[in-house]
Order: sequence, then C-alpha cells, then structure tokens
Amino acid sequence: MSVAESGSTTAGVRASSASVLAWLGVVPFFLFAGLFLILPTGFLIVGAFQDAQGHFTLANLAGLAHPSIVKAYTISLEISVASALAGAAIGFALAHAAVLGGLPAWIRPTLSTFCGVASQFAGVPLAFAFLATLGRTGLVTWALMQWGGINLYATGFNLLTFTGLTLTYLYFQIPLMVLILTPALDGLRREWREAAETLGASTGQYWRQVALPILWPSLLGATLLLFANAFGAVATAYALTGSSLNIVTILLYAQIRGDVLHDQNLGYALALGMIVITGLSNVAYIWLRSWAERWIR
Amino acid sequence: MRRSRFGSWLAITLGSLYFIVPLIGTFEFSLRMKRGTYSFEAYRVVLADPHFQASFTYSTLLALATIAVGTILVVPTAYWVQLRLRRLRPVVEFITLMPLVIPAIVIVFGYIRLYNSQSILPLTDSSFGTDALLCFGCVTLALPYLYRSVDTGLRAIDVRTLTEAAESLGAGWFTILTRVIFPNIRSAVLSGAFLTFAIVIGEFTFASLLNRPAFGPYLQLVGANRAYEPAALAIIAFVVTWACMGLIQVVGTVRDAGRPK
Repeated sequence: MSVAESGSTTAGVRASSASVLAWLGVVPFFLFAGLFLILPTGFLIVGAFQDAQGHFTLANLAGLAHPSIVKAYTISLEISVASALAGAAIGFALAHAAVLGGLPAWIRPTLSTFCGVASQFAGVPLAFAFLATLGRTGLVTWALMQWGGINLYATGFNLLTFTGLTLTYLYFQIPLMVLILTPALDGLRREWREAAETLGASTGQYWRQVALPILWPSLLGATLLLFANAFGAVATAYALTGSSLNIVTILLYAQIRGDVLHDQNLGYALALGMIVITGLSNVAYIWLRSWAERWIR
Repeated sequence: MRRSRFGSWLAITLGSLYFIVPLIGTFEFSLRMKRGTYSFEAYRVVLADPHFQASFTYSTLLALATIAVGTILVVPTAYWVQLRLRRLRPVVEFITLMPLVIPAIVIVFGYIRLYNSQSILPLTDSSFGTDALLCFGCVTLALPYLYRSVDTGLRAIDVRTLTEAAESLGAGWFTILTRVIFPNIRSAVLSGAFLTFAIVIGEFTFASLLNRPAFGPYLQLVGANRAYEPAALAIIAFVVTWACMGLIQVVGTVRDAGRPK
C-alpha cells in the first residue's frame, strides 16, 4: 500500500507513516546486502558487458571461448558433477542406513554430529589431510605398498588431478548430503511402506513406485546444491594443487591476483560465467525444493 | 530384513573408514617430524611459530568481530520481519541465501573492484578499511547460517506477545531487543555464532585476496613450504571445528533441557 493511496483520512495517514517507520527497521539489512553482496556482484556483471572504455560489448563473452578458459570451465564442471553425483549416491546410502537401516540408535546422532563437523572441515586443512593420507608419502600410499604390494602412483593415480580432487571434495560433499537428506528420509511415513506391503509390493516396487517419486526432488535438489558447492570451492584446490590444475576458480584467483588474462573485462566475464552456472543450479534447487515440500507435509 | 541390515552396516563401515582414515593418516604424518620416532615436534614447532600465533589471533578477533556485526545486523532484522513485515520474509530469506549461490571468490572480486583506491569508498586504502571489508565479507559468508539459526530461534518464541507485554510495561524498542528478545533466543544466536567462528577461522579466499594476515593464508603458506607442520595444523584445525560443533550441540541440549514441556 502506498502513501498516496491511503493518505485520504487521518487514520490512513497515521497507518501509512507507521508502515514507513516499519520499513525503516529493515534499512540496515538492505543497505548491508546492497553494499556487500548485490552491488559488488552487479559491478562484475555490468563489467562483463563493457570494454575497457566502458562501452557496451559482447566481446568479453566471446572471449570466454578461448581454449584455456573453456578447458578450465570443463574441468571445473567435471569435478563438480562427479563429486556431486558420487557425494549424493554415497550420502544417500549412509543416510538411508542411519535412518531406515535398523541399526542401533546411537549410530544416527553420531553420524549427524560427525557430518556437521566434516561438512565444515573444508578448505586448506582438508587438502593437508589428503596429502598426508594419499600423497606420495601418505599413510595409505605407504600401507598399500607395504602390505598390498601396490604402488599407487605407478597405477597412474595422482592426488593432484581430477580423481584426487574429486576424492578430496567428497570429504565435505558426502556429509552435506547426509545432513540435507536425513530430514527427507524422515518424511517417508511408515504407513506408506506398510500400505505398499499390504498391497503385495516388493521392496524394489516400493522404492521405484512410492519412495523414489517422493524423494527424487529432494535428491536431485541436494545434488544440485552439492554441485554449486564444489564449483565455487577455491581453498582446497589451491592448497592441494597450487596452480597446476587449471580449474575456473583457480584461474579467477590468478586473474584477480595478477590479471593473467591481460584483460580486466574478460575477468568479469569469467566471474559472470560462474554466477550463471551456480545461479542456474540453485534456481533449479529452489524450484525442486518447493515441489518436494508439497509431498512431505 | 537381515540382509538389508547387513547392507546398512556395510555402508556405515565403509563410510566411517573413508572419514576416519584421512584423520589417522594426518595424525600419523604429523608425528613423523623426528626421524625414526614418533613425536609432537611438529606441534611444538607450529605452536611456537610467531606467525602462527599472530595469524590465529588475527582470525580469532576477525571471527569475534564477524559474530558481533552479524548478530547486530541479523537479530533486529529477523525480529522486525517476524513482527511487522512478514510479507518481506521471502525477500529477506532469498538475500540471506545468496552467498550460497554466488561463489565467495566472485564476491571478493567485486569488493576489490568496487572498493579500490580509485572508487568513491576506497576501503582497501587503509589496513583498517581492509579489515572492515574483510569482516563484512565474512558476515556475508556467514549470513545464510546466522540468519537461519536466529530465525528458527524467533519462530520458537511468541515474538508478538513478548513485544506487547514489554511495550505495555513502557519498554522502548532497544530495551525490548536487548532485554526481552535477545535473552530468549540466546542459544539460537550462540549456535549461529559457533558456526560462524568455524567458518571464519579457516577462511582463505577473502583473506588471501584482500592480503590480510589471517589464519587461512598462513595455512596455505606453510603448506607450500613445509612437510610435517601442515599435518599438525590440519589436526589443530579439525579440533577447532570439532570444538565449535560440539559447543553447538551443548548449547542445543541446554536449550531443550531448559524449555518447559
């Protein structure tokens, strides 16, 4: 309701000035969000469509087609998709085991506490942990050599590659999946299963025709969140591989540090590409979430 | 039924192995600094390093500042939205979730371009200005978690009745917020605060690109130049994260125990 609309009577004036006052209460928040979230992002988005003189251009977006940039996006997408899918599958298995697996009651709180920790244990220390475990002198590498007679690095495995980085990302991806999925699995009512069994459905039929159709938006949505999570990660990859692995966050990091692309506006386009990719996956997530919530309540 | 239970055990066992083996590996590695024997030498070296002490102190102060600024920003906003501007809730919620959508590296890129020495608000010109910018950046990163936590706390109490009761006793809005609302959602604020602490203490991207001497960039530097100290640091970081999450659980348990019914 605007001031002009309701300003005809004295009561209306009082109500509208009160509602203006009410809006004042959220000014600090919107000011903060504007200055430190929306404006900085908007600046980059606008910059992506400008040349060095500030004129409108699409040349920066075209510049993204450069082979090294395309390759960076490709590797980033591959790692994000792989770690999201594997994280989702393994996280689902763990959450299912803890919630519906008929295990002792202490398993579930233990798992969720641990997942709370592990989902936050990312960044630089995580890279150290995996170097100490699967690096050339790591414990598992050594143990495989000592007891299994397998030289891990002779098989072509390397921690500083796609496989290694995906394996490392799973350390925070799986717990995140467990944390998101546990409430969804709780939403599966016992009565649905009993009803299905009364009608003669097998376990496979119950999952295919009852549980999965209800769960899939949550599953897919959580997977998309995991994808965005991996796509934007910087610290783990940087600490693990230095700049030897050409993923898009590391390329952007180098660009911010030293303009390695020799083109500021191309840097903005690089950032815009990331916003578009994570943005699309999150829009899909929000849409699927609202779809899923219809069923769970 | 028995077969499915076997599968559950298998999943939990394999999962546990994946999560525990790197921790054992890191711990074992961190003890290997002295040749031929296990020792806590790497921890001694790390803890005695003045750069460790300085960067850890810096990040601790940064985390406390982030929690203070974040709480002052989020609690009144969430309270006000709950009380007076319910229509605005989806908008505010959407904004608080944006830091999960926009990668941190993109946000800090924007900061550097927007607040550099040629801009209207040249925050990066002074070290205090950059510290402030870093703090606001960390508030942004923590926003989704902090807001969610406070909002859940507010939904659990009757904001309207409490406010009306306080108003009828003549309390002003500042008194209402600090002496009525805040004490009632203290545990929700505390769990948000511990989570914020865990996020800020190891934060790398913002601190590194804004060139601030925080713990995250220090970790990265040690990792690039040393062999055993990084493993010791990873264990220390894991313990700090674990402590934060443990405190959240403790706060939550106290809250549940203290509630009637």
